[in-house]
Amino acid sequence: MISVSKLVKEFGAFRAVNGISFDVPKGQILGFLGPNGAGKSTTMKMLTGFIEPSAGTASVGGKDIVKDSLAVRRQIGYLPESAPSYGEMTVSEFLCFIAEIRGKRSAAVRQAAEAMRETCDLSAVWNQPIETLSKGYRQRVGFAQALIHDPPVLILDEPTDGLDPNQKHEVRNLIKNMGSNKTIILSTHILEEVEAICQRVVIIAHGGIVADATPSELRQQSKFHNAVTMKIAPDQIEKAKALLSNIGGVAAVELLGIDNDTLRVFPKQGEAIALRISELSRKENLSIHQLQVEQGRLDEVFRKVTKSDNLNQKSH
Amino acid sequence: MENFFPLFKREFLGYFRSPVAYVFIVIFLLASVGCTFFLGNLYDSNQASLDPFFNYLPWLFLIFVPAVGMRLWAEERRSGTIELLFTLPVTMVEAVVAKFLAGWAFLGVALALTFPLWLTVNYLGKPDNGVIFAGYLGCFLMAGAYLSVSCFTSALSKNQVIGFILGVVICFVLVLLGWGVFTDVLASFLPASLIDLISQIGFVSHFQAISRGLLDSRDLIYFVSAIVVGLSLNTLVLNARKAS
Repeated sequence: MISVSKLVKEFGAFRAVNGISFDVPKGQILGFLGPNGAGKSTTMKMLTGFIEPSAGTASVGGKDIVKDSLAVRRQIGYLPESAPSYGEMTVSEFLCFIAEIRGKRSAAVRQAAEAMRETCDLSAVWNQPIETLSKGYRQRVGFAQALIHDPPVLILDEPTDGLDPNQKHEVRNLIKNMGSNKTIILSTHILEEVEAICQRVVIIAHGGIVADATPSELRQQSKFHNAVTMKIAPDQIEKAKALLSNIGGVAAVELLGIDNDTLRVFPKQGEAIALRISELSRKENLSIHQLQVEQGRLDEVFRKVTKSDNLNQKSH
Repeated sequence: MENFFPLFKREFLGYFRSPVAYVFIVIFLLASVGCTFFLGNLYDSNQASLDPFFNYLPWLFLIFVPAVGMRLWAEERRSGTIELLFTLPVTMVEAVVAKFLAGWAFLGVALALTFPLWLTVNYLGKPDNGVIFAGYLGCFLMAGAYLSVSCFTSALSKNQVIGFILGVVICFVLVLLGWGVFTDVLASFLPASLIDLISQIGFVSHFQAISRGLLDSRDLIYFVSAIVVGLSLNTLVLNARKAS
């Protein structure tokens, strides 16, 4: 549905996007991650036709983003970062305007706007000027604006930015429910969001892609993947530490917790060591109060792949 | 141009969504009537014509038209809505023309609201209404030329005030070029043919020709091309700076 090939954007001497390529099949929800200034927004601005790439191409629904920009824009619902909208218009005026620009005429205009009133829960502020609304409502208006023509492709730049936890939850559910028949690219800084809704993650840093995988694949790259955290009776701690270090597949054992009663066992290359640990503790009569196997941590992987010393080898 | 009308409508009605439009119209009417009666001495001239009104409009427009045009692009750029606008299925030309025409229509409304002056001179005497109509047409065309300059300067900066000041300066130069007092000064050291060319570039000579009732196609073409030049510059600037 979306195909990006060696896309480059330069602002003067600065290369904001440095030849990135990826494809998004129909119905996929792709999370776009990266530190601030990595080129996420610039890439989205190119896909939505706001700025032209310096080199490379991309297509949305088979249409070229430069040669056929209007056709591309018709298929996309776009929520720009911080959801800009015309502040002096009321919510209903604004959504009717967008509906008209999206090609609706006469009765269909109201109808489309009213449908968004339900979907995005805007009844309470329907006739208020947008500039008087809270950030959460403005974000919802931006969301409504992007959805009003039921586009096959949604591009959302930080859709949950500025929302409270309940609103975030609602927006995530909304996105997840739409995912079955829409292709969605969303950028975010919130890693739990990626876990909750994205089938795939692309991490970019310094204009290049440094990771492209499913959230669980990414978690496997974490040194915490399959690590075992266990709480042990204090008098057995030293003994346990020594025993655990000698199990096959264990890379390191770390003492944690304020009471020094917790051990974290790191496996070599994500090996599954939980079973061996439980066998050992049964044999040695260790009294374990708690035992937890970690899935791996996205934030740790995120830091690992976006740190600049990892870039040279990955983005050439 | 399928999206021209929604854009035009939003922009035109946008003027009336804030009290600024009403304040603007009231001040414009007070100023134009004030100029006509107190500076132009409409009564003392003993002539049933609107010449005193039309003579001052190029100067009033110098302030008022850039004020109408200043928000058109500067506000879009400041608030970031320009990103929304140009990711909707809207072409650059559509947007530029729609905004310009919305501003022009607003100026047309302001100009039309001076109709009591027309009623007054018709009550007092028997003016040549054909000439008055030509005068209004000339004013409207000149307002369009000023506005295209203001659209261009509005696109230059995110700050409306900068757009306004640049608009006033450029329009002022274009008025000066055709203003008798200024060309007389130039005539003291420049050849007459050059003076003629310079005054042809300015707004005023063309405006005066039309407002005297001489509808020469060259003057119409002048104003239309001035508008086209202003809007082309506007488009160029937007293409270069919309994302900055």
